[in-house]
Amino acid sequence: MADSPLFQALHMEMAHALCEEQEKGLSVLEGVGFRVGQGLSERLTKEMPSFKDELDVLKFLCKDLWVTVFKKQVDNLRTNHQGTYMLQDNQFLLLTQLSNGKQYVEEAPKFLAFTCGLVRGALSNLGFDSTVTAEVPVMPSCKFQVVIQKS
Amino acid sequence: SIRNGIRSRELFVLTYGALVAQLCKDYEKDEDVNKYLDRMGYDIGIRLVEDFLARSAVKKCRSYSETVDMIAQVAFKMYLGITPSVSRSNTTENEFFLILENNPLVDFVEELPAGRTSLCYCNILCGVIRGALEMVHLAAEVNFIQDRLKGDDFTEIGITFLKKLEDKKHKRNK
Repeated sequence: MADSPLFQALHMEMAHALCEEQEKGLSVLEGVGFRVGQGLSERLTKEMPSFKDELDVLKFLCKDLWVTVFKKQVDNLRTNHQGTYMLQDNQFLLLTQLSNGKQYVEEAPKFLAFTCGLVRGALSNLGFDSTVTAEVPVMPSCKFQVVIQKS
Repeated sequence: SIRNGIRSRELFVLTYGALVAQLCKDYEKDEDVNKYLDRMGYDIGIRLVEDFLARSAVKKCRSYSETVDMIAQVAFKMYLGITPSVSRSNTTENEFFLILENNPLVDFVEELPAGRTSLCYCNILCGVIRGALEMVHLAAEVNFIQDRLKGDDFTEIGITFLKKLEDKKHKRNK
């Protein structure tokens, strides 16, 4: 199958069920994403040569990881070359399940938390501590900001 | 491609495992985790039916037996890549069993987490089946009867239909 109905269905259900109490729920959901990011990054990089540098790792996220989870590559990667990256996905899979429209922008955090954790977990597995935040400029596009922590 | 399908399944399995681990953190009692998984499965099942019907162009089932065969041979195959074998109770009317030889949900699980002897790790499957059946107007009880993770010889799901399905053959005009 070209897509991932079970994963998407599970993600949507987690976003609803775990976020019934919003505040705590978002961090729980982020934590679940974190574990998945660690595991997935481990599996995907098993047969790959090691990465040259930080940018190489981000490119892996934007290509291999993103295609595996979201069925497409990140559309745009920007960096200030000082540890901050911006990943833009113009048709973010997990938002396309929601209707387009401004009213759903309020609900969006529930549908971004898992992915923020996923990115943070993948980076963690590859040796980088980071903070990851996301925003929805307009549905269904999404921007993830990654800040790599200096050790 | 097959590779994409496998990756998709891995993603689902990893996510499910992370969810179970989180629920084990949040709930002390196994029964509470089991219930939570079942409820989530139910919510997923009522929505997944649409996806299933869109993908599979199956004709309407006219008996419980056909329905269970469809679950095992079409739905399980489509979503999890496995085909449980189906059997039927000799003693209880309308009770069927799915035996899972392989279960991708536990691919990365060797044993139950410590102190979790009553955890039905895959309980989400029972909820999904129950929710999906309800959407096609069939009420059923669905639970794990045997579980390899609990030390049983195999993993078996029981489906017991609660209302008698109308015998449509008798209603057809000749």
